[in-house]
Amino acid sequence: MSTQPSGPTAQAPYLRIENVTKRFGDFVAVNDVSLHVQRGEIFCLLGGSGSGKTTLLRMLAGFETPTSGKIYIDGQDMSEIPPYDRPVNMMFQSYALFPHMSVEKNVAFGLEQERLGRQEIKRRVGEILEIIKMTPYLARKPHQLSGGQRQRVALARALVKRPKLLLLDEPLAALDRKLREHTQFELINIQEQLGVTFVVVTHDQEEAMTLSSRMGVMNHGQIVQVGTPTDIYEFPATRFVADFIGSVNMFEGKLIEDEPDFVRIRCEDLGGIVYVNHGISSAPDATVWVAVRPEKINLSRHPPAPAGGAHQPEAGAGENTVRGTVKEIAYMGDMSIYLVRVESGRTIRVTIPNVARHMEDRITWDETVYVSWHAASPVVLTR
Amino acid sequence: MPRFSAHAGRRIVIAIPTVWLIVLFLIPFIIVFKISFSEVRLAMPPFAPLLEWLDGKLVAIKLNFANYAFLFTDALYVSSYLYSLKVAAISTVFCLLLGYPMAYAIARSSPTSRSVLLMLIVLPFWTSFLLRVYAWIGLLKSNGVINNVLMSLGIIHEPITMLQTDFAVYIGIVYSYLPFMILPLYANLEKHDLTLIEAAADLGARPITAFLRITLPQSLPGIIAGSLLVFIPAVGEYVIPSLLGRTDQLMIGRILSDEFFENRDWPVASAVAIFMLGLLVVPIMLFQHFEKRTLEAGK
Repeated sequence: MSTQPSGPTAQAPYLRIENVTKRFGDFVAVNDVSLHVQRGEIFCLLGGSGSGKTTLLRMLAGFETPTSGKIYIDGQDMSEIPPYDRPVNMMFQSYALFPHMSVEKNVAFGLEQERLGRQEIKRRVGEILEIIKMTPYLARKPHQLSGGQRQRVALARALVKRPKLLLLDEPLAALDRKLREHTQFELINIQEQLGVTFVVVTHDQEEAMTLSSRMGVMNHGQIVQVGTPTDIYEFPATRFVADFIGSVNMFEGKLIEDEPDFVRIRCEDLGGIVYVNHGISSAPDATVWVAVRPEKINLSRHPPAPAGGAHQPEAGAGENTVRGTVKEIAYMGDMSIYLVRVESGRTIRVTIPNVARHMEDRITWDETVYVSWHAASPVVLTR
Repeated sequence: MPRFSAHAGRRIVIAIPTVWLIVLFLIPFIIVFKISFSEVRLAMPPFAPLLEWLDGKLVAIKLNFANYAFLFTDALYVSSYLYSLKVAAISTVFCLLLGYPMAYAIARSSPTSRSVLLMLIVLPFWTSFLLRVYAWIGLLKSNGVINNVLMSLGIIHEPITMLQTDFAVYIGIVYSYLPFMILPLYANLEKHDLTLIEAAADLGARPITAFLRITLPQSLPGIIAGSLLVFIPAVGEYVIPSLLGRTDQLMIGRILSDEFFENRDWPVASAVAIFMLGLLVVPIMLFQHFEKRTLEAGK
């Protein structure tokens, strides 16, 4: 959690979205979304294309009007307030820098609209250009800048107005991978330095994970789950979230034992029983899904010793262990992805970190292996 | 081999407009330029040769600057030049004031209505230019449509003189040249990135400010292109002022034609033409300058 930016402070929510719906004709782009964001948070809206995340962001900026529902920023109802009067600024995905103006003019534009004095504008533009390290380029036109520089100017132009809320639409999408990582941390730094509340829209889960203090996953115009990146990754609420964030092995099964501190699930795909050491609340015989992340799975040549001990007192042999054959190995550098075909025909994805440079005895193609996981690893999903 | 043919292909492509310009522009221009330095005489052709040849040798070049001097000594020419520039400038401003909102509306309308609206702009070209100008005579004359309607409605009691006034010339020029203003403006405005307007609004600019500071400066190349396409032909306009305009104040196009066909003074007519060209080079250079700047600015 130490890599996460400053968390929310215990106050009334700074941004309140209440039952907001947006329809375009018959199409419901945003469906009854309610959301609270605290002051100083970096909140990410994560979703695929068409999930409604951009429409929601545009409603915060005032470019779209909600069909129903209300948006409050710092307690103020935004319904009747046009974009040019909102205490909100946006960093556009295309950056939308004014091509006929220099960097300095672009950044000064927003302050000029506030009718500030020339000296004051100059001072604040100078300040923000210093923060984003663009002072040497202030006379350049946008087309004379690199992608990363343009991104920083766009950020400065939005931040210089000291908005209550900064909206970022896919802030890193146009940057290449190396620059992206660097910029992510820079964004977090600037956010901490200035204490502005960020709402970020992205389809990139990695971006959302590293940037956000909390995130909301959107699908079909609805918020499916809200939580910290750890919550969302380790405790997904639905199959959609589990599948959308990271990769996951999902097995359909029947609940056969449901106790307060453990459950047993029969999975045809695994030809066996999955034992999970936490209870869920669901009807017996209900269809549930077991989700196991690839990095939480072990591979071994011999069946693992029945893991007794305090954690798994009742786990019998054959539970949480499946035999299979290695069908595919993809070497990724930092880790390798193994695809293991089990007897039912299902393929299980396993990732193993490459801890040593020479691993002579590593498991290889067509070997028979045992796939196993700890009873705490799976997440049981009911929807 | 492919390199050679590509090279040859490029040459041919460049050669076509080059030959076209040499044969139909440069050579006629040189001829007119030459005639403008000749002396008028009653013969066929009606001007004295510039160069005197004897036994295949050039013995004398007789340059006559009197034609140009004449342009400045006779008040008729100076006032016609100034009048032409004034009419062209005022017409251009009105074309811009009318054409900009129209081009803007077309550029912001839905793609389907856009093509219909563009069709409507180009539609008048389907009838002859001359016919359309004649039609204005029928509308503007003392017992014409406009006067008759206004009188029958009792708004006026005697006809307003509209024909053979500056007003009629402005109407004629603005009406005829409006498409030349609208089309380049539309081509420019249609390409604008509308997120820039959203960005301006987001930064606190009201719609009018966003227009003045974002849309207008970016449409400058379109404004200049449209204005030149109206201004340049309007300066030399002959048909519209002849049919609709004043008889006491002629435009330079009319003077030019009168010198050629009525006076048969080709040298003076040529000098008038060359001088007019000289006047128009200034706005053309201006256009080139802006064109270059836009190209350099990239996207």
